[in-house]
Amino acid sequence: MQEIEKTLRSRCAELIETGVCDRVLAWDGGEFFYDNTPAVFASAEAARNIRYDCFCGANLSKYLIEKATEGKTCVLLKPCDTYSFNQLLTEHRINRDNIYVIGVGCDGMVDIDKVRAKGIKGITNVQESGEELVISTVYGEQRCAKADCLLEKCVSCKGKKHFAYDELIPEQDGQESEKNGRFDMVERLEAMSPQERFAFWQEELSKCIRCNACRNACPACSCRKCIFDNPASGVAAKANSDTFEEKMFHIIRAFHVAGRCTDCGECSRVCPQNIPLHLLNRKFIKEINQFYGEYQAGEEPDQRGPLVNFTTDDADPTAVSDKEG
Amino acid sequence: MKRLETSRINEFFDVIAAQQRLYMPLENNGSVNFGVYSQGDKYDPSALHTVKSAKDVFFPQCEAMASFVTEGKKFSVTPVAPTDENFVVFGVRACDVRGFELLDKVFLTDPVDNYYAARRSHGTIVSLVCNNPEETCFCSTFGIDAAAPAGDVIGVWTEDYLYLEAATQKGEELLALTGSLLTDGGDEEVLRRKEQTREIIKKLPLASLTTEGWGAGTLDEKFNRPEWDELSSACIACGTCTFVCPTCQCYDVRDYKAGDKVSRYRCWDSCMYSDFTMMAHGTNRPTQKQRFRQRFMHKLVYFPDNNDGEFSCVGCGRCVAKCPISMNIVKVIKAMGGKNNE
Amino acid sequence: MQVEKSEFRPKIVAFCCNWCSYAGADLAGSSRLAYPADVKIIRVPCSCRVNPLFILRAFEKGADGVILCGCHPGDCHYSTGNYYARRRMTMLFSMLDYLGVEKGRTRVEWVSAAEGVKFSTVMNNFVSKIYELGENVKLGDLRCKK
Repeated sequence: MQEIEKTLRSRCAELIETGVCDRVLAWDGGEFFYDNTPAVFASAEAARNIRYDCFCGANLSKYLIEKATEGKTCVLLKPCDTYSFNQLLTEHRINRDNIYVIGVGCDGMVDIDKVRAKGIKGITNVQESGEELVISTVYGEQRCAKADCLLEKCVSCKGKKHFAYDELIPEQDGQESEKNGRFDMVERLEAMSPQERFAFWQEELSKCIRCNACRNACPACSCRKCIFDNPASGVAAKANSDTFEEKMFHIIRAFHVAGRCTDCGECSRVCPQNIPLHLLNRKFIKEINQFYGEYQAGEEPDQRGPLVNFTTDDADPTAVSDKEG
Repeated sequence: MKRLETSRINEFFDVIAAQQRLYMPLENNGSVNFGVYSQGDKYDPSALHTVKSAKDVFFPQCEAMASFVTEGKKFSVTPVAPTDENFVVFGVRACDVRGFELLDKVFLTDPVDNYYAARRSHGTIVSLVCNNPEETCFCSTFGIDAAAPAGDVIGVWTEDYLYLEAATQKGEELLALTGSLLTDGGDEEVLRRKEQTREIIKKLPLASLTTEGWGAGTLDEKFNRPEWDELSSACIACGTCTFVCPTCQCYDVRDYKAGDKVSRYRCWDSCMYSDFTMMAHGTNRPTQKQRFRQRFMHKLVYFPDNNDGEFSCVGCGRCVAKCPISMNIVKVIKAMGGKNNE
Repeated sequence: MQVEKSEFRPKIVAFCCNWCSYAGADLAGSSRLAYPADVKIIRVPCSCRVNPLFILRAFEKGADGVILCGCHPGDCHYSTGNYYARRRMTMLFSMLDYLGVEKGRTRVEWVSAAEGVKFSTVMNNFVSKIYELGENVKLGDLRCKK
């Protein structure tokens, strides 16, 4: 990763110096070695401070809607981010001509909450050392396997292959992963009884504080005005005011992105209450694959999504409502 | 100084819960939040911060205020009365207790908020000295001593005992209620533990953060600073920071229509939202930069302006830990003044 | 069909497309075919006008069952509307099932303008299914209860 970071810094600085790009959208360092922030770097000098380490989980593609409106913007995209990028192109939310994509290699991003959940507190520094994370804390040094602390989206990584780029750093692209087990938990839930499933979701969704982080971070949620922010819609709510509203919000949000969701995992990454929101989206992806054929949103631009498409011999909804169980 | 064997903590909770509602940090699927204790629930003393702050107990995220019912030509209004039940909040940290004091300045000054005032007068706060402060903590920046929280009963958790000391009349009553479980204990262990906490606080990465350059009277200088553009540029306009904050106190009043009944409720609002304080003219704060600036200016400039220089941040570090894009008040303080005195 | 008398009277919302199913309901009426009065029909221009939000809102406000009726696939007045509705509803129902909500509370049926008999049968069957399932507690908002 350090090697990639070094190359990225000099390449991004070069792109600005030579006038190829006006700015670079990348990650900036923070206070504690793990709190990297998406940022726009507008000068070659600034670009030499770009951070790229195992705490760059944020998907930068959605920022392009606002940041890449004029001139040429260079953006750093990890393999999983390129799906979102293609999806935004498909939906005409961004203009390919304004954007220069550097596909960056990735070997998994770390979830600091998982490190904390191991009882490691007072973190002052985190270094990667092979397969391990070396964590300095005010209570002494600790080590743990990086594989145990990966973000949920990285645990079931779709692969290391970029689906959109102008150049790659490092030059060698990775492979798609054949088996990533991303539907395992969905299947486990499906195998439960309806009562158990209801209890599971009731418990998870009751944690929701309606901060809207899932929606605002989601590259597929790019509506200018969300129905849940429109008081005239009758469903706008600023808090989990009572009993049903979180469920409605999350079902509808998952539905609105069904067939467009690339499973980038931002919703679960940003949730302050650690609600496994990706399980809703993955259910839709799984159902779409089953009923309408394998489909991966954002694999290439200009695909027609399964919910804005049909065939005359599609399954009838009674296939679901009359199903046993 | 009284003490309780930590192995008997649940007996202690049960005695209280038999009389009053007891709020304390409880885990639900990996997230710890203040919730109502029911028999058998486990308290985890290593949990420092809840996701949402303890303000939820006095100023709930959502509360009903009144209902309106139409029946034929009749129209009736039924206000929801403020609470008249005593309750106990256990396990509040020093920063959150200061948070209550700051909320008091808003809700208990004229015009007094009846709902909040009732909860404040009926609530007994059992605060706990922090054992393992985290790197996101910076309460010392705001003059809070994590080893000496305010509250009605102040507790210190050690390996074997929970030491308890009443600081107010309400606190005395609570200790009297649970008296049969408590024994007398010396304060050596307590002092040692407090000293230990203070030592750790000194070593935290944000220990020497100062609020230099911020505070009352700095509005003109801060408002148009160019740094706001850069700081706010990554903000995704969610309400995480406001909803986890112990001092954010803005709320919205809304009506929910349910057939021939309308229930009026209030719920937390966030200045990060585009429709915050929206009025007919529609131009409240049109850009995210303005909304972002509002939140931090309120904490660091406007509130001190109106409250004898007191900041409305307590350094609990929740926003630092929870912001989806890791932009937070520490970065703002540092970008325009505050320094790390190293 | 005789519906057993009990305390519980379900509220059932039927979204019917203007061109086929609503006319089917009309035909059921003019042919004097009975179906329970618990069914409240909401006319929509096309089955694909029904946003999943409508269905959830109906449940939120106290409906115990929601049924969507449209033209038979291939017969849509707008050519393809019901094909889209078909996919959407399949997805929505899967999701409700996934969340542990009883599947029987939601249904899609294709009823043409000539099928008054089918309309009445469909409604009778659906209503008796809802009687079996009882009151909707999982998707209602408590504030809407009396």
